Amino acid sequence: MSETMLTIDDLTKNFVKKLDLAGRLAQKLGSDIREEVVHAVDGVSFSIAKGGVVGLVGESGCGKSTLGRMIAGILPPTSGRIVYKDVALTDMNIAEAKRAALEIQMIFQDPFASLNPRMRVVDIIGEAPVAHGFCKASEIHEYVSDVMQRVGLDPEYRRRYPHQFSGGQRQRIGIARALAVKPEFLVCDEAIAALDVSIQAQVINLFMDLREDLDLTYLFISHDLSVVEHISDRVVIMYLGRIVEIADTDALFEKPNHPYTSALLNEVPRVDQRGLDYKPIEGEIPSPLDPPGGCHFHPRCPHATDRCKAERPVLREIAPSRWSACHLNDGT
Amino acid sequence: MTADTPTLDVRDLKTHFFTKAGVAKAVDGVSFTVGKGEVVGLVGESGSGKSVTGFSIIGLVDPPGRVVSGEVRFKGQNLLDLDADGMRKLRGDRIAMIFQDPMMTLNPVLRVDTQMVETIRAHDKSVSKADALARARDALGQVGIPAPDERLRSYPHQFSGGMRQRVAIAIALLNKPDLIIADEPTTALDVTIQGQILYEAQKLCRETGTSMIWITHDLAVVAGLADKICVMYGGRVVEQGGIDDVLDHPVHPYTRGLLGSVPGHNTRGQRLYQIPGMAPSLLNLPQGCAFQARCPRADDACSAEPQITEPVAGREIRCFHPHLDADEEIGA
Repeated sequence: MSETMLTIDDLTKNFVKKLDLAGRLAQKLGSDIREEVVHAVDGVSFSIAKGGVVGLVGESGCGKSTLGRMIAGILPPTSGRIVYKDVALTDMNIAEAKRAALEIQMIFQDPFASLNPRMRVVDIIGEAPVAHGFCKASEIHEYVSDVMQRVGLDPEYRRRYPHQFSGGQRQRIGIARALAVKPEFLVCDEAIAALDVSIQAQVINLFMDLREDLDLTYLFISHDLSVVEHISDRVVIMYLGRIVEIADTDALFEKPNHPYTSALLNEVPRVDQRGLDYKPIEGEIPSPLDPPGGCHFHPRCPHATDRCKAERPVLREIAPSRWSACHLNDGT
Repeated sequence: MTADTPTLDVRDLKTHFFTKAGVAKAVDGVSFTVGKGEVVGLVGESGSGKSVTGFSIIGLVDPPGRVVSGEVRFKGQNLLDLDADGMRKLRGDRIAMIFQDPMMTLNPVLRVDTQMVETIRAHDKSVSKADALARARDALGQVGIPAPDERLRSYPHQFSGGMRQRVAIAIALLNKPDLIIADEPTTALDVTIQGQILYEAQKLCRETGTSMIWITHDLAVVAGLADKICVMYGGRVVEQGGIDDVLDHPVHPYTRGLLGSVPGHNTRGQRLYQIPGMAPSLLNLPQGCAFQARCPRADDACSAEPQITEPVAGREIRCFHPHLDADEEIGA
């Protein structure tokens, strides 16, 4: 195995809704009002090899975006460690932390909301490299033109505002902004979900070209399994804040281990499947405010036993480089 | 009406928007038929006119848009000849529509039972309130909502996204329509919930013989559900035919490009075929074929208007240079 780029270890993020004054009073007077805690990410561990692409898949509310934001340094974790190039982010000195913050960049889902509508493209892309000394303020136009060409944008457009671009072009601006500070690791949070099919293909190809040219490592967060299958080497499946399965892409799509993974794979519509008889998974995704005990998936799982209701399954290695959190693997 | 009169027969429909910036030909000569119990997939990217086609059929085009010409024959009767009152009697009764965002279709300040009873009694005053309630409860049960008796008394905000979409579908079903127009009803939903909705939709068409137009940008959804597919580009249907025929042997260069750009099983790690450029503005469509600027086969002939031809039995296309050689690689 090649060297490890990033390791996260037992990472947890809780969001707490604090009680207001009225709530605290009510509590004092004997009401059973309590603080509401959402375990958005609940003890998650995995690692990403240098130059690899890891796909992080899950449905709404599973904590995949929160995890991405913690890795990109936008949200502080509640507990657990993020180790980047063998040093934990919390143990870094100021210079190291700054370097890590530049080397890990994030690309967001909504190319309309993530670009400042009152800034010109040259300033959106050029602000960070100037501030961090990648180029002089006087050379900003040449520098930005280079980056724009790399992502397939015409440098002539650099004086325009974001609203003058189409959705696909705007997503390219977001990618150029991330690339401008010469990152080594990109967190792409649903980066192509808002794009049309033909534009989506262009951006996926761009990601693959950039990976080859610049030797980038990706964490590719998506709810779209076919995109993840296309682009990733390894896939991490999350359900309600926990990892249920980690495997190499081929192995996972060939023979899913966890019941949730197989259910997901069955649900994904494919162009080569016609006249399907849909057999959907029963039930809804439970609220992360009040997740079911034991294995989070047990109320929807066709194989659930009493043990699944009581005991949280541990993520363990069931085959080389393949991890799954399911009691069924114990053969009982 | 004879046995082989299709449920819906759209002929040369043109809906234009007369904006200050010019005339946008959102729908420009669309023709297709929907047979009894048939599911027709209307596929295209943003701005291809697929939603406006749906709105035109059900008479919901707002100014500055107007249906300029064409015929919409519903069981033999031209809907475009009907006045507002006649159309209102049909809408929600014989023809129903399901929208992308169920929060927009449901009234947030009325309970679900009020909205459902209203839908029934608006079209048939002889139904008593109790009977209408019973029908509403049955409809909720039919789309798989647990505990329909209790859920009837809930407000829309008390439902999750998937459940809300089911309520919207249940309302569409109330009067047992002959035709349902579904405009991207699963786009906002998670994969497992999408699977459940597709399952209900499929069951419905098979059991009740309701015809359906399923508008979507997702070829994979249509592949599993539809009998027939119409691919739209620049306000026109560029290719239509049986679902297997079109998806396995696409003839129009745009359909081939679109299929080539869908990531999935066989494309892992490879570059996706990408259609160069982006969709043209409807305000400023080129003379002749709308796809010519992005088409690898375009030549001088394409600046003339391509007419509908039927190069293979049961397949209608608008193209001067179709891929008729069956063995050509998709995306070539």
